[in-house]
Amino acid sequence: MTAVLQTKELGKRYGRRWALSNCTLAIPAGKVVGLVGPNGAGKTTLLHLAVGLIRPTTGTVEVLGGRPAERPEQLAKVGFVAQDTPIFSNLTVADHLRFGALLNPAWNNEVADQRIARLGLAPDQVVGSLSGGQRAQLALTVAIAKRPELLVLDEPVASLDPMARRDFLSDLTSTVLQHGVTVILSSHLIADLERVCNYVAVLVSSRVRAAGDIEDLLTSHWRLTGHRGSVTIPNHARVIEENHEGTVSTFVVQSDVPIVDPTFQVEAVTLEDLVLAYMRQSDTDVQRATSIEAAS
Amino acid sequence: MIRVAWRQLRGQTIVALVVIAVVLVAVAITGPHLFNLYDTEIAGCKALGDCAGVKSAFAHNDRLLHTWLGILVLVIPGIVGIFWGAPLVTRELESGTYRLMWTQSITRTRWITTKLIVVGLASAMFAGLLSLLVTWWSSRIDAAAMNAYGSFDLRDVVPIAYAIFAFALGVTSGVVIRKMLPAMASTLVVFVGVRLAFNHVVRPRLVPVNVVNLPLNQNTAGFGSANGGPFSLFPNTPTLHNAWITSLQIVNRDHQTLSSQVVTNSCHRLVSQSGGGGQPTGLGGLKPSAATNTLLQECFSRVGANYHVRVAYQPSSHYWTMQWYETAIYFGAALALALVCLWWIRHRLS
Repeated sequence: MTAVLQTKELGKRYGRRWALSNCTLAIPAGKVVGLVGPNGAGKTTLLHLAVGLIRPTTGTVEVLGGRPAERPEQLAKVGFVAQDTPIFSNLTVADHLRFGALLNPAWNNEVADQRIARLGLAPDQVVGSLSGGQRAQLALTVAIAKRPELLVLDEPVASLDPMARRDFLSDLTSTVLQHGVTVILSSHLIADLERVCNYVAVLVSSRVRAAGDIEDLLTSHWRLTGHRGSVTIPNHARVIEENHEGTVSTFVVQSDVPIVDPTFQVEAVTLEDLVLAYMRQSDTDVQRATSIEAAS
Repeated sequence: MIRVAWRQLRGQTIVALVVIAVVLVAVAITGPHLFNLYDTEIAGCKALGDCAGVKSAFAHNDRLLHTWLGILVLVIPGIVGIFWGAPLVTRELESGTYRLMWTQSITRTRWITTKLIVVGLASAMFAGLLSLLVTWWSSRIDAAAMNAYGSFDLRDVVPIAYAIFAFALGVTSGVVIRKMLPAMASTLVVFVGVRLAFNHVVRPRLVPVNVVNLPLNQNTAGFGSANGGPFSLFPNTPTLHNAWITSLQIVNRDHQTLSSQVVTNSCHRLVSQSGGGGQPTGLGGLKPSAATNTLLQECFSRVGANYHVRVAYQPSSHYWTMQWYETAIYFGAALALALVCLWWIRHRLS
């Protein structure tokens, strides 16, 4: 497996606050990766480290075999659409494309012009007057037309209405197919990820709780329902989340082999179930750690 | 990147061109008349035998425009620092567009270096053109006023250096403070502070002063009291064309300044006669009576035995040396600020 993004004990501190700490992960090439996690998990910090906007306080980060933003060649390999898609609101659509052309040696004018035409944007339009969806599309156009090997998008649809969100994501999917680019996309909306991603990484409090092909994850996790107190989890299964209510216990477990146990009702999990299970798991871990600290 | 920097500067460039155009029109309309007037009046003054009077009258021509042009040259460097310098990086930090610019295929170092050079040059050209026009327009008035150092920081090359310095100061405070309004305010405060401190502390010492010692007599000093204080002798400002008198004192051979105690002891009759009046009795005061004049002569010859008038001044021949030195110092400071800015962007904003 060749990794497009590889981090080792990566940490970033702002003053006394660690925005990301001890984060180790490897994202394979050729995927559309959904980076999911609660607010404050360090998603934006991780992505900013990957595109070289910030430098690590501890550990290392490697993107496509190089140090982020170290040299122009490295910068050229990575396209980035930042959160809230910042653009120069007093300049025109054409100005943005010209900036892209001037600042990126591999810039493809055809790709840019075609996309702008397809999106129905007028080149002489001042971008301050664009809708949120159009802004996001323009930012994506600038990132795509530089012909990167890796495209990083930080919450690209968070501020869009449902219609614009759907349009943006379906356009992203066709763009990915057309250009064969690896994509890392952060979001806290799991439904959005399901639409475009084939790989997911769950980031909670700087840690990667789970990472893998969505298909593999969905076929290796199960929801088990059984009578409270009278069930035992098979040895080969790892409990991610458990829930006890009345006489019923439900578990979300990870197991590489199918679970055949008549005391349980065994169901497949949805991506949302799976991600939420991993997010809650860490929450209880964190609480446990805090209470131990407080006790000692 | 150069073209990108220019495109981002378009708004400011238009404002600068409008200012230059307005000044150009104003000086083009009034300038030739001023030049003609100077040629005829100064040529005629020799026949009249009163060149000083004619020149001093001429120096008051176009007073209003003269004042406004002076204010413009004075404030434009500060304006450049506040409105071109401070927002240069800060606006991108505040609006988030730095995340767009710093992820294109160009390093951050090259991005800021290009911006600094392009906008810095534009600032220099703006201030330079303005200074050129104003220096040309006021050349005849300045020649008649014979006070070259009076308008030292409004003419020739120093305004360019002020603008470059103010610009670098603005950019760097913006990068360090990261908030637009506080950065603008601190740029203004620091710039004004540096200019004032430089004018009073550094400029008089840029080049060693010339010193001339004048004998103490009724032509070079006067007797009186300042603001109702004790009686003493006060030096008269000598007429030195186009020179800047940096210090004017009555001193003895050991460089001690004259104290009122010495005057009281040497001239007690004069002091007791003038007691309570407090009117200056020397040159420029009322014409003294014959009796008072005798006392004055006695006083001056007694004090003058040990004391003389010491005049330290920058002659007009130092003018251009000082212009270039001051330019070099401000330019060097701007360069140092730019390096701080560069370092800060590379290491502290990442």
